[in-house]
Amino acid sequence: MALAESQSLRRNEPTDMTVGAVVDAAHSVRIDQVGVEERAASFTKRSIKTDAKLWGLDLAIRTMDLTTLEGSDTPGKVRALSAKAIHPDPTNPDIPSVAAICVYPNQVPVAKRALEGSGVHVASVATGFPSGQVPFSAKLDDVRAAVDAGADEIDMVIDRGAFLRGDFATVYEEVKRIREACGDAHLKVILETGELGSYDDVRTASWISMAAGADFIKTSTGKIGVAATMPVTLVMLDAIRDYWELTGIKIGMKPAGGIRTSKQALHYLVMLNETLGLEWMRPELWRFGASSLLNDVLMQLRTQATGAYSGPDYFTID
Amino acid sequence: MATAPTKKTAAKPTTKAATKSAAAGRLGVPKTYKLYLGGKFPRSESGRSFAFADANGEFLANVSQASRKDARDSVQAARKAQGGWAKATAYNRGQVLYRIAEVLDGRRDQFVAELVATGSTARAAEAEVEAAIATWIFHAGFADKYSQVIGSTNPVAAPYFNFSLPEATGVVALVAPQQAGWSLRGIAAVVAPAIVSGNTVVLVASELNPLTAISFAEVLATSDVPGGVVNILTGFVEELAPGLAAHMDVNAIDLAGVEDTTLARDLEATGAENLKRVTRPRTFAPRHVGELNEIVRFTELKTVWHPIGV
Repeated sequence: MALAESQSLRRNEPTDMTVGAVVDAAHSVRIDQVGVEERAASFTKRSIKTDAKLWGLDLAIRTMDLTTLEGSDTPGKVRALSAKAIHPDPTNPDIPSVAAICVYPNQVPVAKRALEGSGVHVASVATGFPSGQVPFSAKLDDVRAAVDAGADEIDMVIDRGAFLRGDFATVYEEVKRIREACGDAHLKVILETGELGSYDDVRTASWISMAAGADFIKTSTGKIGVAATMPVTLVMLDAIRDYWELTGIKIGMKPAGGIRTSKQALHYLVMLNETLGLEWMRPELWRFGASSLLNDVLMQLRTQATGAYSGPDYFTID
Repeated sequence: MATAPTKKTAAKPTTKAATKSAAAGRLGVPKTYKLYLGGKFPRSESGRSFAFADANGEFLANVSQASRKDARDSVQAARKAQGGWAKATAYNRGQVLYRIAEVLDGRRDQFVAELVATGSTARAAEAEVEAAIATWIFHAGFADKYSQVIGSTNPVAAPYFNFSLPEATGVVALVAPQQAGWSLRGIAAVVAPAIVSGNTVVLVASELNPLTAISFAEVLATSDVPGGVVNILTGFVEELAPGLAAHMDVNAIDLAGVEDTTLARDLEATGAENLKRVTRPRTFAPRHVGELNEIVRFTELKTVWHPIGV
């Protein structure tokens, strides 16, 4: 990843706002559910063809967190995935590497070794992923273990139990302390929007995470039925814009879960472009959390190159 | 006959439908002929349609004009359905095929009327529907038998049972025969032998009679045929076939109804790209229906070496 580019971004630090002030800032705007859903749907109607499509698909790969989060993950599987992360299509050197691979803490050392020198980051989920229902001390240990093993990025989950019972202070404090434990590792905060209930809650959780020092906010774990959706992502992008207007700091966005096709990925990129603009369209500020999306993008790129529709037979089964 | 795709004559109810509904004292319900894709009846993604006229040149119906993208979507639907369909027991597939024959038999009058409207004589139409039903029943019966006929046990000079058995090729693209008198019957003649062994198909309907193909899709939709096993596109062979021949996820293509010899040769060459099984254009005659080779061409032999114990 271009170091110069990432240095030009000022890193988010935990603010000294009180939790009450953060929630007030979030609530300064109320979400119009119908409006958001209509607006989000409108992004799916743009026609993205030829050069723009190729650029978008290339960006989708460059901003992808190639993910495997299964109980059945083995070092072998992580190594295979790492190889794929570096050269997504071994037959075509023009295809860029993905941004990062996303694994459980136990697999971080394996991934780190496999990706050494490639520029591909290692992201690790932590803090009792996916439910976050573990004691806070265990969450801290989880994060420290991942960071010590060499994770460049930490994907934490917020305590939805605390959030839903109205205990925003706990959520705020936890994110702040996890951010501290991350050190140089970048922190992505997973809101698990499918469990939050309303768009207003998504906005509140976004603000709490950003004010507590998140580098990225992320929609979902991918472990429950409802994952990333366009309207939820739009609400979060709007929160990011508001935070940027207030503080001048750019927070990254990561929709994750359920994005499986190139077409969906392009819809998200259209939304990103029309909400935050070109500035955000780079791996430092945008990620796709996905596992099966990569093969579909590769298939589309080959279709664009050869003019013939490709098939899953010609790509690896991960 | 199909008129130019761009020119669209005003969509008015067919004379027959109008007369019938007028007699009943209600408005006519002109039928919309759409595609059959993944078990559903969508319009073409492109929004295009063309006017289809009867034998006397009188407007009959508007028909969806499928695009390359529709063909791509069909292949996807067929691929999705293929594993499950191939895994169904031969006995079960036979039952489903038999059910197609049953439902077709129950709607014979509709098909006879439609064939007559598109230029058949009443007698020829009846004979065609009969032949189509017979073709489906024949293949229903063959579902759990072709494997014994094609398969074999092979003598080998080692302590193994060695046997070969046919498995489905995968996703098969079919261009329906364009012969007069072979619309409903032609569909049966190419689709039945392909799906009986567990293939799923994308059928490009005959340009001579796309209406019957879509009416037949209604039979499929009510016959326990899983969605995606048979997908039917109406439109133009020249537009749809090249995309299917080039599609890397199509395992075989039957060019049965490609009448343009240059196009057929090009399609054959394109199909070679991913080593598709290609069947050349051919003229159908009753004696071809039920030929074992029609089933064999879309199967792959798997040979198993099984150690013999003491």
